[in-house]
Amino acid sequence: MGEVKEVSVGDIGSRATEADPKLKAETMALNVGPSHPSTHGVLRLMMQLDGDLIKECEPVIGYLHRGDEKIAENMTYNQFIPYTDRLDYLAPLSNNVAYAMAVEKLANLEVPDRCQAIRVICCELARISSHLLGVGVYGMDAGSWTVFMYTFTEREKLYTLFEELTGARFTTSYTRIGGVARDIPDGWLGRVDTFCKGVLPILNQVDKMLTRNRIFMDRTVGIGVISKEKALSYGMTGPNLRAAGVDLDLRKDKPYLGYENYDFEVPIGLNGDCYDRYLMRAEEIKQSVGIIRQVIGSFPEGPYYAEDAKKIFAPPKDKILTSMEELIQNFMLVTEGPQMPKGEVYFEAENPKGSLGFYVVSKGGGVPYRMKIRGPSFCNLSILSELLPGHFLTDITVILGSLDFVMGECDR
Amino acid sequence: MNKQTVAYDSKVEGEVIVTRADAVINWIRKNSVWPMPMGLACCAIELMAAGGSRFDISRFGMEVMRFSPRQADCMIVAGTVTYKMAEVVRRIYEQMGDPKWVVAMGACASSGGMYRSYATLQGVDRVVPVDVYVSGCPPRPEALLDAMIKLQEKIKNENSVKNLLTKHPIKKIRKDAVS
Amino acid sequence: MSEIEKSELLDRFNYLSERESSDHLALNCPAEQLIEFCTVLRDEFQFDLLLDVTAIDWDVATPRFTGVYHFYSTVKQMYLRVASDCVDNIKPTLPSLVPLYSAADWHERETYDLMGIHYEGHPNLKRILMWDSYPYHPLRKDFPLAGIETPLPAEDVVEQTNLQVSAAPMMGGPFVSSGDGKMSQTEPKAKDESWNEEKGK
Repeated sequence: MGEVKEVSVGDIGSRATEADPKLKAETMALNVGPSHPSTHGVLRLMMQLDGDLIKECEPVIGYLHRGDEKIAENMTYNQFIPYTDRLDYLAPLSNNVAYAMAVEKLANLEVPDRCQAIRVICCELARISSHLLGVGVYGMDAGSWTVFMYTFTEREKLYTLFEELTGARFTTSYTRIGGVARDIPDGWLGRVDTFCKGVLPILNQVDKMLTRNRIFMDRTVGIGVISKEKALSYGMTGPNLRAAGVDLDLRKDKPYLGYENYDFEVPIGLNGDCYDRYLMRAEEIKQSVGIIRQVIGSFPEGPYYAEDAKKIFAPPKDKILTSMEELIQNFMLVTEGPQMPKGEVYFEAENPKGSLGFYVVSKGGGVPYRMKIRGPSFCNLSILSELLPGHFLTDITVILGSLDFVMGECDR
Repeated sequence: MNKQTVAYDSKVEGEVIVTRADAVINWIRKNSVWPMPMGLACCAIELMAAGGSRFDISRFGMEVMRFSPRQADCMIVAGTVTYKMAEVVRRIYEQMGDPKWVVAMGACASSGGMYRSYATLQGVDRVVPVDVYVSGCPPRPEALLDAMIKLQEKIKNENSVKNLLTKHPIKKIRKDAVS
Repeated sequence: MSEIEKSELLDRFNYLSERESSDHLALNCPAEQLIEFCTVLRDEFQFDLLLDVTAIDWDVATPRFTGVYHFYSTVKQMYLRVASDCVDNIKPTLPSLVPLYSAADWHERETYDLMGIHYEGHPNLKRILMWDSYPYHPLRKDFPLAGIETPLPAEDVVEQTNLQVSAAPMMGGPFVSSGDGKMSQTEPKAKDESWNEEKGK
């Protein structure tokens, strides 16, 4: 039997060396590569491990950099809408709405009430879709397949709704500059209401499975704590920032699309750990259901596009095929794009992942001169090199799942 | 079993079926293709939906989504492949054991899709040899299931015994890939 | 509220000038005073969130590059845009805001990667979206959308596949009209007709 030595609490490497100077510990370099089941896309983490403990971590991104901003300089404003779908591909409708609003701000264009109500429903349904996936995949990362299956079944119901409205399950390209592509079909609002009724019991079941689950709480409480100052300093937005305790929700602070008319609460977290972020998303689904119900209750009549925007929104098809002026208007619009005045504008919308911002610089004409897309996941991920060290290797899946990022809007 | 390969009379031959080795090997392989999802972008979400309960890829024996290349048969490249990611895709392809197949899912993986830019690889068939292309942006889960069925048809018609006895042929990537 | 802020800021710092903007308050600040100004913004005027760091390439104009910063104040619920011209057109530089806001770290790396603006004082200025040895700055106006041929850094893959970064086949697109003038000239048509069998003859 060997000697038993007293050591102080510290990291494994220093403990071993303190006990016996002949034992030297070195760190191991581990690459959690771009292709890995538990990352939400292609993120690479180059880590130095001391046994199981992470000493250093450097995230490498750019594996999905497709050149969106350069493409935007060569496309008209309406032609760029499909590219905005694929930024945060879990909630494409809200990206479309954010982009359309940014460009409409450039032209100082107000859309009518019905269009705004349609856009609010789209944004909130997209938020439910994204958070359902966030919670579902988070449950799966923490070890529970059932949660994933339940939430995915609900998302399939959402996909049916989107398909009825826009024609595509996701990657919808639904909004246009100055309105939306088409009006809502008959009975759609009733089906949205039925969906809302159905999602709350499922959320209840997920809540029962996860929220007071011993294993889940052990894995998430106190892990990945982000303090208020750090969250602000790293430019985080969205549920991650609110879980840290900062009251910032663009729907309340800088209301757009008529959000000031709806009554909803914004959950704020206490500790800023992974558990709080999970609770944040679950609660936001409930609040979104409340908002959708209010919108359906007060749904206005009227046109679904800005009728006075002559050089920006295409006139209705029956006029185009019969009247000369509308035909010429449509031709100019399709070939040259919606004519925007000169100027620059920065607009942010409260997306499910954070604030998605568009900085559009226009020199006149139908094509932007420079478009910068501020992806919330890009800013949320920059905290990883400071957040992960000090945690164990198995905490990575939990932390990454709780940050709920998408590489599409991180890399663009 | 194929019609021309079954000649069976249980009284004479007992519990024995005489058939071609190819038929048996291909039948075994095509009904248990284990996909390796190389989920890069939006198509990965439709891939997950195909694995969900509504579209159920498990009916075809493919619900075992192995994320390790050593344990998988078929690599489904779902999403845009950029030049930075291309080397990773190739390395993972080379780590897969023979026989292996590749399905290019979606417009971006088949030909670069709508991203004609400086950073996007114009089709994953410039780095790995592709067996089935699926069009769509993203393709519906039914389209992916149709592609997997086509892959099963392709597997059914392979010369498996010849490949086992001689060295497994290295599939070539597109000839005009170097442009 | 922004009128009060604007007059207060303009009075206090005489090197600031107002910038034309379609929505929020926007100011021009010269590069040398940028850190001093941003420190005051963060500590006194409570602009605690740095949302975005980016740059614009004005092509043939002078100055060629303008760095643009977007700030937000969670206390006052106000946006602010600060634009700062780079003095040098060939090797543009700006001071780094990393000591003030940690968010600037990745944003400045991205602007360096895509536009080529060097940030002085940045702890780790290397490429973030393209791979480290990529020789160009893609978002500059003189870089074509299709890209320029470059060798790929991974040698084992190149050996197997003969792959290199090649220009995407544009087929004359993207088809966007060229602005004002006679409609027959400004109709969207292929800028590069080499692929067309008729014209190629």
